[in-house]
Amino acid sequence: MKKNKSWLDYLWLWTIIYFVLGFFNILFAWLGMIDFILPLLFAIFGGNKFFCNKLCGRGQLFSMLPKKFKCSTGKTAPGWLLSRYFKYGFLAFFMIMFMNIIYQSWLVFGGAKSLNESIKLFWTFNIPFHWAYTAKNFPEWSAQFAFGFYSLMLTSALIGLIVMMLYRPRTWCVFCPMGTMTQIICRYKNRG
Amino acid sequence: MSKRFVRVNKNLCASCGACSKECPRNAINIFRGCYAAVDEKLCVGCGLCARTCPAGCIEIILVEEDS
Repeated sequence: MKKNKSWLDYLWLWTIIYFVLGFFNILFAWLGMIDFILPLLFAIFGGNKFFCNKLCGRGQLFSMLPKKFKCSTGKTAPGWLLSRYFKYGFLAFFMIMFMNIIYQSWLVFGGAKSLNESIKLFWTFNIPFHWAYTAKNFPEWSAQFAFGFYSLMLTSALIGLIVMMLYRPRTWCVFCPMGTMTQIICRYKNRG
Repeated sequence: MSKRFVRVNKNLCASCGACSKECPRNAINIFRGCYAAVDEKLCVGCGLCARTCPAGCIEIILVEEDS
């Protein structure tokens, strides 16, 4: 039985558009906040994971790519990667790194640090990205946040792509910090 | 007669919804964002979901039924 496709099934395009826009103008990285806020709104007010289930462009991209290009082994990921300890640990790590982005933007805002026009991949590798910041009429702290946030989004997408190839297509979803956070909220709301 | 259906380990399920997208019978729903719930009346135990589940938390069950 072939399922009818709706426009919601093409939201993987959003993931690609997001990275392309950010490549040319880093301030578009702010749009990624949609992917941060929407899942939380659905979880807090709806008590569901509608975002993960129907809207997440990244999840769609990870399930679509292996279908088209056969680029996934399809093996189950090792137990530790699927465990709760890893999920919650990764969420904590991710949150600390997100706080750091805010802190760095705060330093630029206060003038304690100058704007660093580069992105950091895997929290380690600095990559110059100065061409993406030309709209100088925006405050520098907002650009600093955008560089940091774009780094975070790109790094997590790359981790997702790596586990997609090594294991099953949507392995990222198991330890996706947003997914973990929304599931904690949903479980809390439906406890008892 | 025996019937095949799948069972979800609710503790491991990430409720990502990959299984429900794959299910040709629309037998899987994500129950309130907590886990994947299988409608055993609709499920035919084809195992498509079990092969898709990134958490590997779906297993195929075979039960003998008295007819």
